[in-house]
Amino acid sequence: MRNGFRITFRRLWASVSICRPAAMALVAALMVTSMQAYAIDPMPFTDRAEEVRFQGLLRELRCLQCQNQTLAESDADIARQLRNEVFRMIREGQTNDQIKDFMTARYGDFVLYNPPVKMGTWLLWFGPFVILAGGALALAVHLRKRRVDAAPVTSTARDEEDW
Amino acid sequence: MNMRAFIPLAVFALIGFLLYSGIGKDPSYVPSPLVGKPIPSFSAPALYEPTRIVSSQSLLGTPYLLNVFGSWCPSCRDEHPVLTDYARRGKFKLVGFNWKDETVDAKRWLQQFGDPYAEIFTDLDGRLGLDFGVYGAPETFVIGADGMVLHKHVGPLDAETIEREILPLIAGK
Repeated sequence: MRNGFRITFRRLWASVSICRPAAMALVAALMVTSMQAYAIDPMPFTDRAEEVRFQGLLRELRCLQCQNQTLAESDADIARQLRNEVFRMIREGQTNDQIKDFMTARYGDFVLYNPPVKMGTWLLWFGPFVILAGGALALAVHLRKRRVDAAPVTSTARDEEDW
Repeated sequence: MNMRAFIPLAVFALIGFLLYSGIGKDPSYVPSPLVGKPIPSFSAPALYEPTRIVSSQSLLGTPYLLNVFGSWCPSCRDEHPVLTDYARRGKFKLVGFNWKDETVDAKRWLQQFGDPYAEIFTDLDGRLGLDFGVYGAPETFVIGADGMVLHKHVGPLDAETIEREILPLIAGK
């Protein structure tokens, strides 16, 4: 069974190696299409720095209609409108924080991909670390216990002990 | 009895509680930061007479439902008979927020399905919708007589939701 799988895999790999140019062309084509997935309309940027700043902001803001896409990725009408709004505010000389405040005042913290640390988001930010610490503690306790167990038995009472 | 035997049970209970508390909730619902605050100040042209201005000031005095709709929006058509029924029975004052629509289309839509709105204003380019945090029609805001946003509902309203979520908020106000 396992051998069969290995042979299949080897054949597959061989066929990939034979048509390597084709495979590379396919990869290149995929890369091009994934770049096109960014739905940013051409904006009249004054310089490269402005463009970088604009796109950085878009990647931090959520499209609320699609929810799992940033403003940079989404093709929804509302995302396009918010992109224009971000661009307008950059042109007006507003700071990144001002632009994010504008968005959260209207759409709430959910619009930010990096939610602020506060009471309501405490679990979101620190929950994983609490779980990690719990796991580390459990592991430490377990290892310690195993070391004690591995030590030469000095008492015969262990057999009666509850496991 | 060793207490450690209860650890898996406790973990199970915790995970079970977390998962159970998520059942029946709409994961796409985004709470509006406007709730508990005054309605954004605005002035917008009325649908039937674009020269007349409807404003946040002119709507003060009675509680009302601000319904974001568009003739292009299929779910708006779904909730329309329900809203019409309640508005006609005088259960609440209904104000229309005609969002990103063509005026001609909106008028034809209302002619076809009925117009239960006490007042309708337009937002042709959706700029005003941004100030209200609108991200998809239909959305409905419940506004108090003092202009405070009491509640926001996203998606089509049905009779049950109106009875449960909306009417208690404006009762006796």
